Amino acid sequence: MPTVKLTVNGRAVSADVEDRTLLVQLLRDNLNLTGTHVGCDTSQCGACVVHIDGQAVKSCTVLAGQASGSNVVTIEGISKGDELHPMQAAFRDNHGLQCGYCTPGMIMSAIDIVNRYGGKLDEDTVRHELEGNICRCTGYHNIVKSVLDAAGRMKVAQAAE
Amino acid sequence: MYQTTYHRPSSVDEAAALFAKGSESKYLAGGHTLIPVMKQRLASPSDVIDLSKIKELVGIALSGDALIIKAATTYFDILRSADAKKAIPALVHLVSVLGDPQVRYRGTIGGSIANNDPAADFPAAVVALDATVKTNKRSISADDFFKGLFATALEDGEIITAISFPLPAKAGYSKMRHPASRFALTAVFVTKTKSGDVRAAATGASQNGVMRVPAIESALKANWSPGALDNVRISADGLLTDIHGSSSYRANLIKVMAQRAVTAAG
Repeated sequence: MPTVKLTVNGRAVSADVEDRTLLVQLLRDNLNLTGTHVGCDTSQCGACVVHIDGQAVKSCTVLAGQASGSNVVTIEGISKGDELHPMQAAFRDNHGLQCGYCTPGMIMSAIDIVNRYGGKLDEDTVRHELEGNICRCTGYHNIVKSVLDAAGRMKVAQAAE
Repeated sequence: MYQTTYHRPSSVDEAAALFAKGSESKYLAGGHTLIPVMKQRLASPSDVIDLSKIKELVGIALSGDALIIKAATTYFDILRSADAKKAIPALVHLVSVLGDPQVRYRGTIGGSIANNDPAADFPAAVVALDATVKTNKRSISADDFFKGLFATALEDGEIITAISFPLPAKAGYSKMRHPASRFALTAVFVTKTKSGDVRAAATGASQNGVMRVPAIESALKANWSPGALDNVRISADGLLTDIHGSSSYRANLIKVMAQRAVTAAG
């Protein structure tokens, strides 16, 4: 079997996988990073979103081989030890989840949104940009609130660095 | 998904050679159509040849009177291209309502037109703007490129390298988006060329994929305004009917989307 080499959450990893292996399978089954979820498996729900080279993508629709040589970040890779990423903290504080199944993908997409828009985010933009992530519990209200809250926190955190 | 062999060539020539070697090869660009279809076991290519990492296939350039977008350029790169925004803002608007952010990071213009989904956005722009599709073998005009549902003029193994869009005098795109799939329930792209000609193309409407709409073209050529289409009647013959809308609904949508596209074009 071919070997796929990539960086995951800052760590160089390699795995011998079949060419038909999806990135999400490599992450969950080979690397045991089960925070990335498989919801619909049809590129619609966004539960499987991870960052490849800084871009939020649906890992159920990427072959592991396509990610070879890339820098992948999953939900497990965004906190600093026990300190939650500002987006995670905002989701907790704003009750931005109920069952939590969509949350890893929501958070990875939301970080990407804030990275692209910076402080220029408003509610309409967040709702439009979250089109690729589906939540069946919350009605999105608190998710949108969380993202807007986190956008402010991420700006403060960046300014402090 | 059935077994397959993944290849990552670094040039167009290498990709074409790999394609010829496989028993049933498929090119992969963004993969957001091919991989879902492979997962459903509706496609089982022996070899998957990844075009997305080929540097000569990526980039956007303004060259004289044309905007040239290389085939493996992603939607995201088109969306943030200052050249594209300046040259053909309607094209950038089209990308902004295409798929979702994650899809836009992966999907490519070449992949979209090579696939020729009957409800895809780019075929409408390519036809309405009278673009030229460049391949590793030849140049194909938009009117000759699209050949019905999921069918194009591409020969086996032929690779789209770039799409050249002549700069229009005016252009607009309006889309009735399916709220779940984000494909076009019906969308229309209208163009007024620099020589005064008018082209209009609808996607998501016809049973044969992207189509030009002569009734709209002649009405707009006589009078470039939304009101010029008030009395135009579009026939429902040959249009799609599905659970989302009947053929007569889509016929009406063609007119309404065309009017909105003209308004957007200014």
